[in-house]
Amino acid sequence: MDVKLINPFIDATFNVLETMASTKATAGKPYLKRDKTAQGDVTGIIGLTGETRGTISISFTKNSILPIVSKMFGEEMKELNDEIKDAVGEIANMISGQARQGLEEMGRSLKAAIPTVIMGPNHTITHVTNYPIIAIPFTTGNGAFTIEVCFEE
Amino acid sequence: MDLGMKVLVVDDFATMRRIVKNILKEIGFKNIVEADDGLTALEVLKKDKIDLVLADWNMPRMTGLDLLKAVRSDESLKKTPFVMVTAEAQKSCVLEAVQAGVSNYVVKPFTANTVRQKLEQVFSK
Repeated sequence: MDVKLINPFIDATFNVLETMASTKATAGKPYLKRDKTAQGDVTGIIGLTGETRGTISISFTKNSILPIVSKMFGEEMKELNDEIKDAVGEIANMISGQARQGLEEMGRSLKAAIPTVIMGPNHTITHVTNYPIIAIPFTTGNGAFTIEVCFEE
Repeated sequence: MDLGMKVLVVDDFATMRRIVKNILKEIGFKNIVEADDGLTALEVLKKDKIDLVLADWNMPRMTGLDLLKAVRSDESLKKTPFVMVTAEAQKSCVLEAVQAGVSNYVVKPFTANTVRQKLEQVFSK
């Protein structure tokens, strides 16, 4: 996979969290992920189609997502529930949209499906292809989350 | 901009409906109703007197774009201001919405100030 394809997802993640949740995130070093176990407690996944096929996922730990959604709603969220699940779907949707805009500027046009969200400890993430999965770890002041990107190329 | 107008917020994600409603309330709108897809929104539009629609693009059953086309082709609804609030930021999408008659276009993520400015632009035309 062309590593340049990852940058729009990193930029989109920073932008979405800062704009919608006043949250600054720091990205760690991307790595090749070899297993399917999610790094977080709640994961949003979006299928992408067009010139290529792929999947992106964003997996939040409980400690990272509760303060983010609290800031999005303007009220304190204390537990993982359906509201958090819904919010993670929308965050994934926004990151996908922003990243696809960035990819379009690089000459890559992709369409996104409606996100699905999985919640619970040690759940698995199934990407649409068997190509390498690039994981990007992030931290906020409260906890960690991970983006995974997998494209058929 | 008449803050007493009835606003319909359409999004399949409750999170986004909540955020948009909070922003509209912050601006001063008091009369806000919601729908979770385009088809439900169209039913609301046909039953109720709606003065402004803010709709997402990607939704099950009927997309925001199809809702916009349905509104613009209905004699009694076609003048309703319609703002797309969507993560679809690609130029081709914006162009498609403009061709279908969208009143304005808000790209997610957005700030409260962006929504306010886009609505002011709609009602100052």
